[in-house]
Amino acid sequence: MTTHTTTSLLSLKINGEARSLAAPATVAALLDEMGLTGKRLAVERNGEIVPKGLHGSTQLADGDALEIVVAVGGG
Amino acid sequence: MDDLLTIAGKSYSSRLLVGTGKYKDFAQTREAVDASGAQIVTVAIRRTNIGQDPNAPSLLDALPPSRFTYLPNTAGCYTADDAVRTLRLARELLDDHRLVKLEVLGDPHTLFPNMPETLKAAEVLVKEGFEVMVYCSDDPIQAKMLEDIGCVAVMPLASLIGSGMGVLNPWNVQLVRDAVKVPVLLDAGVGTASDAAIAMELGCDGVLMNTAIALANDPVKMAGAMKKGVEAGREAFLAGRMPRKYYTASPSSPTTGMIGS
Repeated sequence: MTTHTTTSLLSLKINGEARSLAAPATVAALLDEMGLTGKRLAVERNGEIVPKGLHGSTQLADGDALEIVVAVGGG
Repeated sequence: MDDLLTIAGKSYSSRLLVGTGKYKDFAQTREAVDASGAQIVTVAIRRTNIGQDPNAPSLLDALPPSRFTYLPNTAGCYTADDAVRTLRLARELLDDHRLVKLEVLGDPHTLFPNMPETLKAAEVLVKEGFEVMVYCSDDPIQAKMLEDIGCVAVMPLASLIGSGMGVLNPWNVQLVRDAVKVPVLLDAGVGTASDAAIAMELGCDGVLMNTAIALANDPVKMAGAMKKGVEAGREAFLAGRMPRKYYTASPSSPTTGMIGS
């Protein structure tokens, strides 16, 4: 049995790209770090929508895959 | 009396719906949309670019959702699952927005709809409370299937997306028109204003286009032309065209009282 007392890093996949983030972290913290706080966007975590109201309380886990999307021009 | 287009219980005075892709910049997008008179605009849902300036202007600044009805699409999706995921994200992004454009594509060469996947996605989306406007083949049987599932509008292609080839099979468009009660909007393939007029003369309830405006030499002028094309075609449809006389001419001037007679 080993216990890690040092700050651990979460390995995340964001929009298909690997990224690490200090644990613990919420969806809101991730958006903040990416400079996206307050932007009109939507987040999906491991295939499930994370509603805006839950960004602050949703803890990220190691290995999470996230999609962060916006509206762009299209036909 | 006002001649309104009603989709999912909401009425619109414009029968022209426009896409927002392929423009030079957001200013031109807005100018063209304004010139088209469109009230419903399609948008795509895409990943944020990691590393992109988060403070760059966004489409939502150029076209405020308070002024336009957004129609998020599933362009680029090749499976029912991807299309459903995309529209769930769109609903979250646009604050429980329900009106969507479903398109599930078959291959990148033709961008023809994959109808089995389209029907599958439509079933799921309708069950989840989406108001589904659906890009489909010009096939009256499958259009009826989509209506039976509960789609709020069917949108057959006139010709391939972005091709500008116009209405290649007017008979099928009319068969679709006759097969369903929900609005039929011609989607994809319009090249110029006469194509839009033809679609409306065939009895379509509206036309959706993007490339024909965005890739015109003067997109803003073309947007205005499309507005007039749709309006002219609609009025002609309502007026009811004269019957075609295939082998006999009929003079417009009196046949009596000719000089020297």
